Amino acid sequence: MGNVIGIGASPRRKEDQRFLTGRGNYVSDIKRPGMAAGVFLRSPHAHALIRGIDKQAALEMPGVIAVLTGEDVAADGLGSLPCGWGITDARGVPMKEPPFPMLAQGKVRFVGDMVAFVIAETVEDASTAAELVKVDYEVLPSVVGVLDAVRPGAPKLFDDVPNNICCDWELGDKAAVDTAFRKAAHVARLSLVNNRLIGNPMEPRAAIAEYNPGTGQHTLWTTSQFPHVVRFLMSALVLKLPEHKVRVVAPDVGGGFGVKQFHYGEEAVITWAAKRVMRPVKWVASRSECYVSDRHGRDHVTEAELALDEKGKFLALRVKTLANMGGYLSTFGPNIPTNLYGPLLSGVYTTPAIYCNVKVVFTNTVPVDAYRGAGRPEATFVLERIVDVAASDMGIDRVELRRRNMIPKEAYPYQTPVLVQYDSGDPIGCLDGALAAADVKWFGTRKAASARSGKFRGLGFSTYVEACGLAPSRFAGRLGARGGLYESATVRVHPAGQVTVLIGTHNHGQGHETTFAQIVSEKLGVAFENVDIVFGDTDRVQFGMGTYGSRSLVVGGAALSKAADKVIVKGKKIAAHLLEASEADIHFEAGKFSVAGTDRAKTLGEIAVAAYVPHNYPLEVLEPGLEEQAYYDPVNFTYPGGCHIAEVEIDPETGAVTLVDYTAVDDVGTVINPMIVEGQLHGGIVQGVGQALYENAVYDESSGQLMSGSLMDYCMPRADHLPMMKVATHSTLCTHTPMGVKGCGEVGTIGSPAAVINAVVDALAHLGVTHVDMPATPNRIWRLIQNASLPIAAE
Amino acid sequence: MQISFTLNAKPVTLDVEPATLVTELLREHLNLTGTHIGCDTSQCGACVVHLDGLAVKSCTLLAPALQGKSLVTIEGLQGAPGSNQLHPMQEAFRQHHGLQCGFCTPGMVMSAIALAHAKAALTEAEVRRGLEGNICRCTGYQNIVLAVMAGTAAMHGAGSGE
Repeated sequence: MGNVIGIGASPRRKEDQRFLTGRGNYVSDIKRPGMAAGVFLRSPHAHALIRGIDKQAALEMPGVIAVLTGEDVAADGLGSLPCGWGITDARGVPMKEPPFPMLAQGKVRFVGDMVAFVIAETVEDASTAAELVKVDYEVLPSVVGVLDAVRPGAPKLFDDVPNNICCDWELGDKAAVDTAFRKAAHVARLSLVNNRLIGNPMEPRAAIAEYNPGTGQHTLWTTSQFPHVVRFLMSALVLKLPEHKVRVVAPDVGGGFGVKQFHYGEEAVITWAAKRVMRPVKWVASRSECYVSDRHGRDHVTEAELALDEKGKFLALRVKTLANMGGYLSTFGPNIPTNLYGPLLSGVYTTPAIYCNVKVVFTNTVPVDAYRGAGRPEATFVLERIVDVAASDMGIDRVELRRRNMIPKEAYPYQTPVLVQYDSGDPIGCLDGALAAADVKWFGTRKAASARSGKFRGLGFSTYVEACGLAPSRFAGRLGARGGLYESATVRVHPAGQVTVLIGTHNHGQGHETTFAQIVSEKLGVAFENVDIVFGDTDRVQFGMGTYGSRSLVVGGAALSKAADKVIVKGKKIAAHLLEASEADIHFEAGKFSVAGTDRAKTLGEIAVAAYVPHNYPLEVLEPGLEEQAYYDPVNFTYPGGCHIAEVEIDPETGAVTLVDYTAVDDVGTVINPMIVEGQLHGGIVQGVGQALYENAVYDESSGQLMSGSLMDYCMPRADHLPMMKVATHSTLCTHTPMGVKGCGEVGTIGSPAAVINAVVDALAHLGVTHVDMPATPNRIWRLIQNASLPIAAE
Repeated sequence: MQISFTLNAKPVTLDVEPATLVTELLREHLNLTGTHIGCDTSQCGACVVHLDGLAVKSCTLLAPALQGKSLVTIEGLQGAPGSNQLHPMQEAFRQHHGLQCGFCTPGMVMSAIALAHAKAALTEAEVRRGLEGNICRCTGYQNIVLAVMAGTAAMHGAGSGE
C-alpha cells in the first residue's frame, strides 16, 4: 500500500514517466486504419477577392481524394466560426460581428486565411496537389497596424464595418476622472505599444477526424485545451450535427498557453471532410503554418495618463487603447482587450477613479485572441510603466510611490472603481518580501561594479494583480459571455477502493494528474498512487469548459473537492448502516469512517465493497455504487498578485540587454504542490521576459506579409538567455474558493514584462530615456544610446 | 534502397526511399513516436537522437546516413542494462521537475546525455550554452538546467549504460 500524499507536498509527477520515455500520446502520434492526409491551402495575400478557384489539375493528380473550398461549405449550408463573447459599446450597441467562415467565402483577409482543403493518400501528394489549385485573386490594399486601420480612407476589411472598428468599448466613470485630472498637482503621460506575440507551444496544432457510417459517430482528435467546448461550438453552431454524435478527444497536448483554447476552422473542416470522403483524415501543421494560423496575442497601442496630488497619491487613471483583432473575431477575441484588461487597471492601488476606452479594430492580420495572461499583462504593463514615469517626473522613489498607493492588507475585500472586488491580498507584504529577496539595498554596489566594466545596470519593479479562475458565469454573462464558465468533476471510487477522477479541465503541462490526485488523496485518505485523473475525452468525461485563465485548480479543483465531499457524505450513510450507528455520529478522517467515541470503523475500501456488493446495504434508501459528480460555478474571480523585481545589465557597445537577476514573490493562495507552482512561475516569467526582450510578430506594412514567420525570425527565449530566478510565494487565502486557492498559471507572464522594461529604462535613465518599447532588442537599445549620445544637430 | 543500422541496440535492415528523413522513418515507418517534430527550420531540437553517441537533429538527417551506424532514440534509454529503470538523466528530469508538457522532453534529454558524455562536470553556463539548440516553452529552463547538472553528476558517479 502506498501513502497518502496531500496538499502542500511535492510528489514527483505522475505524468512524467510516459513523457520521459517517449510514450506520450500526442495527436500527431495517432494513426487510424485507412487514414488519408489533409493539407490546407492558405492565402498568400493579406487582402484579396477570390474571383475563382480551379481545382481541376489538383483533382487529376494521382493520389488526390478531394479538394474542398468555401463553395462546398456554402453548398452544404454550414455555419461560420462563432465568437464566444458579445461586447457592447458605451451606448449598448453590440459589436460588429462579421462572419468568420471556416474556408474563405469570396475574400481572404489575412496571410494564412484558409482557402481550400486538399485530401490525398499522403502528405506529399496533398502538398503537391495544393500547389496545383489555381486561385484567381484580385489583390486589394491591406492594412496591418491599428493606427493605420482607423484612419479615414484606410482599406476596409468588411463593407459594413466603418473605420474597421468592431467596438468602441469603455469602462469607468469618465466624468469623475475628468474632474480628478483638473485637480491634479501632476499628470504623468505615456504612449506605448504592447507588441504582438505568437504563442509557440512546442507541439504544432494537429487534428484527425473520422466518421463511422455504421453508428453515425464523428470523432475528432485535436490539440485542444477544451474538447467539450470544441464539441459544442462545432456541432451546434458550425457543422450543425447532433452533439451526441460527436466525440472530441484532446489527448496529450504539447503546451497551450491560450493558443489551443479556441475553436479553429481546421477542426470543423476536417470533421466535415472526413465524412465527405469516408476516410479518416489527418492534418499536422508545420511550424511555419502555425505562425500564420495560430491565433496571435497582445498588439495594443495605448495612451495613458495618471493624475497625482502633490504627495504622489494617485487621483485618477485614464487609458485609451487601440486593440488589434486581426481579420476576424476568434473565440474569445473581443473579450481579451476589454473585460480582461480594463478591470485590471486598478492594480494593487487605491486609485479612486479610472476610465478606459478601447477601440477594438480589424486589420489584415492573423486573428488575435488570448495568450497566457490575456489582457492582464497588457493592463499591468500600462499601469506599472506609468507609475515609474510619474515617480521619475515627481522625483519620488519608485518603491515609495508604489507603497503610498497600495491597498493595505486590512482594506480587503476591496472594491475597485472598475467592476471587480478583490477578496484578499497583501501587496505590501509581497513588495517587502521581494525587496529583501532581491537584495535591493546593495543594488548601488552592483551598479557601480557594472559601471567599472563599462556596463549600464538597471533595476525594475512591477506589482500586479490579476483576475483569474475564469469565471463566475452570471458575472461573465453580464459582461457578454455567451457560455457558462463552471467546471465539473466526477469521483469514481472503484469496488476495490482505487479512485478515478473524470474532470473537464485539460492537462497540457500543468501537472493536473499529480495536483488533483493530491487533493483526492488527502480528502479521501486514498494512497496517491491509487488515484488517476482522466481528462480530454468528451466520451469519458461528463462535461467541462477546459483549461485557460488559470481556472483548472480554482474552478475544476473546487468541483473535484465538492465531488469528493459528496463521496464522504454517501460513505457516512453506508457506514452508519454497517456500523449500526446514527449517521450524525459517523466521522470521516484519514480514509476511515468511525463511530464517534468508539474504535468501531470501516475503511473507505470496505465502504466501497459494500456499495458495489450491496448484500448488507440500505437499498431502500440508498442507491448502490460509490461515484459522485459535482459542478462548481465560482462566486467571484480570484485575484493572485505579487511583486516582481528584474535586474538587467546593458552593454552600450552592442545594445544587448542581459537579464542578470529576477525575483518574484507571488500570492497564489493555497499551494497544493510547491514544486509544480514554482515550475509554473518559472515558465510564466520567461514568457514575459520573452515579450520584453526578444519576441515580436512583425508584419510588412505594404504587403501584409508576416516577416517573423519562423523560429529563425521570431526570437524565442533559450536557456542561455536567462539567469537563475528566485521565486517565492507570500500567500493570503482566497476567501471564496473551497481550498483557498487562487491560481498560478499566468502570474509570471503578467508581472514580468513591466519589471524587465522598468529595469531597462532605469539602466538608461542617465541618458534621458523615459520609455522603451518591447522587445528591447540590441538594435533598439543601441539606437537609443546612440541618439542620446549624439552631438546636437550634426546634419 | 536498403539500409542496415543498429536501432536502440538491435540490428535492423530496411528498404527506404533515399529522400526519407530520419524523423519520418522513426515516426511513420517504425512507430517510434517519442522523437518529436516541433519546427521546420531545425531550431527547436524536439527531434534530437544519438547517432554513434552524438546528439543530432533527426529532422535534418536522411535515412541513408544511418547505414552502418548506431541510432539511439528516447525509447532506447534505460538505467541499468536490461532493467526497467529510467536512465539517470531521465530520472534527474523527473526529480527536478525538468518537464511540463513533455513535448520538448525527448530531445532535451537526448541533448543533455550527449552533453554529459562530453564532459564529466558541467557548470550552469556550460549547460545553458549546451542546450542552445533545444527550445522549451514551458519551464523557463531553470529546472532543466538543474536536472542536467544533477543527471550529469549521476551518470559519472553511479555509472550507467545507454
